[in-house]
Amino acid sequence: MPHDHSDHPHALLPSDPALRVKALETILTRKGLIEPAALDEIIDTYQNKIGPQNGARVVARAWSDPAFKAALLADADPVLAELGYYGRQGEHMVVVENTPAQHNMVVCTLCSCYPWPLLGIPPGWYKSDAYRARAVREPRRVLADFGVTLPADTAVRVWDSTAEVRYLVLPMRPQGTAGLDEPALAALVSRDSMIGTALVGAPQSNSEAPA
Amino acid sequence: MSRLHDMGGRIGDGPVVPDPADAPVFEHDWHARALAVTLACGSLGKWNIDVSRHARERLSPKDYTRFSYYEKWISALADLLVENGVLTREDLRGQGDAGPHVLASRALKAEAVSAVLAKGGPANRDSDIAAAYRPGDRVKTRHPGGSALVDGGHTRLPDYAAGACGEILLQHGAHVLPDSNAHGLGEMPEPLYAVAFKAGELWAHPEHPNDDVVLDLWQSYLQPDPEAAGT
Repeated sequence: MPHDHSDHPHALLPSDPALRVKALETILTRKGLIEPAALDEIIDTYQNKIGPQNGARVVARAWSDPAFKAALLADADPVLAELGYYGRQGEHMVVVENTPAQHNMVVCTLCSCYPWPLLGIPPGWYKSDAYRARAVREPRRVLADFGVTLPADTAVRVWDSTAEVRYLVLPMRPQGTAGLDEPALAALVSRDSMIGTALVGAPQSNSEAPA
Repeated sequence: MSRLHDMGGRIGDGPVVPDPADAPVFEHDWHARALAVTLACGSLGKWNIDVSRHARERLSPKDYTRFSYYEKWISALADLLVENGVLTREDLRGQGDAGPHVLASRALKAEAVSAVLAKGGPANRDSDIAAAYRPGDRVKTRHPGGSALVDGGHTRLPDYAAGACGEILLQHGAHVLPDSNAHGLGEMPEPLYAVAFKAGELWAHPEHPNDDVVLDLWQSYLQPDPEAAGT
């Protein structure tokens, strides 16, 4: 077996994970191999700058602009690059459209591949063993864990991200949103709806519609 | 047999528990530091993404099971740093040399972070290997699964899809072959496809006859579906 050994070097670090990270960061910093300010910059990027609001803007635009949507579904990379959404873990994007006939859902069974430039860092459940193990075999039961039930005549297609291609789900536009502009539409789009474990509901604030 | 990370289809994991809507991006500060240290060390240029993934997969089954997500990252990183001669075991024990490292000039600088993240690491390459399949073609995946290049090595063919018959859905062009790139055997780019498999082809008890699973698979993982020959 390649590189398999019983005495992994990591065992030499403290066993508490927070201390383990701190110890390695300290060693690497002392040797000049990492720069703490660069770490802060990386964390700030994914904590505050890049997140599901990016994907939501893309979805709202696709709902509003048929030519944009057609181009996005045909070849996403140039379209997303024009919006400034590209880079690490989003180098090769494919956008898949939900329809009444087909619901799409994304998983990475082998690790945790996820479209960072559009959705940021994946949530805990996406990285969990339960999601990775079950999404491909029983997607409808997994959807039920999220409170989602699909009609029996809607087929479920699960995309297992096994290469460097990253998938974004284009959810169906809800009823009752005809008058909304792109920012108002984007506000309706949840992160999970772009992974495929949620649907986008109608706006809640519409006073003429009963809850 | 595969490794524990190859868990698609496994039975017995219980419910998926969605995060609360207001959950922070990083549950603990050390999660954020683990991610940042790992990304920053990538700039040292001593490994690629496939080597890095394989390092997490090579954690012992006991560690892979008991470690949380970012514990796997930081532990695999420590292993990679020693295996690649960047750090020594004495360093990890806190008994190593202080002072600047020979690779210190490669350290990721704060002002370079946004450019490095924006650049990413595209996996598409020119390849001499012509695409053998087109959308609509019927194919069968390799069986037994596992790496064809290295015994026990890295592959991106999940065990649940080994030996299964499916249909080419999309052509992605040619991409770096992880099975090779994870072991220092070169990038060996070859055609990559999205391949759709009916749920009933993969599972004894599919939830719905019309459901399917799509995987991105390299050409060397595939052969023409013998059942579809001549059709």
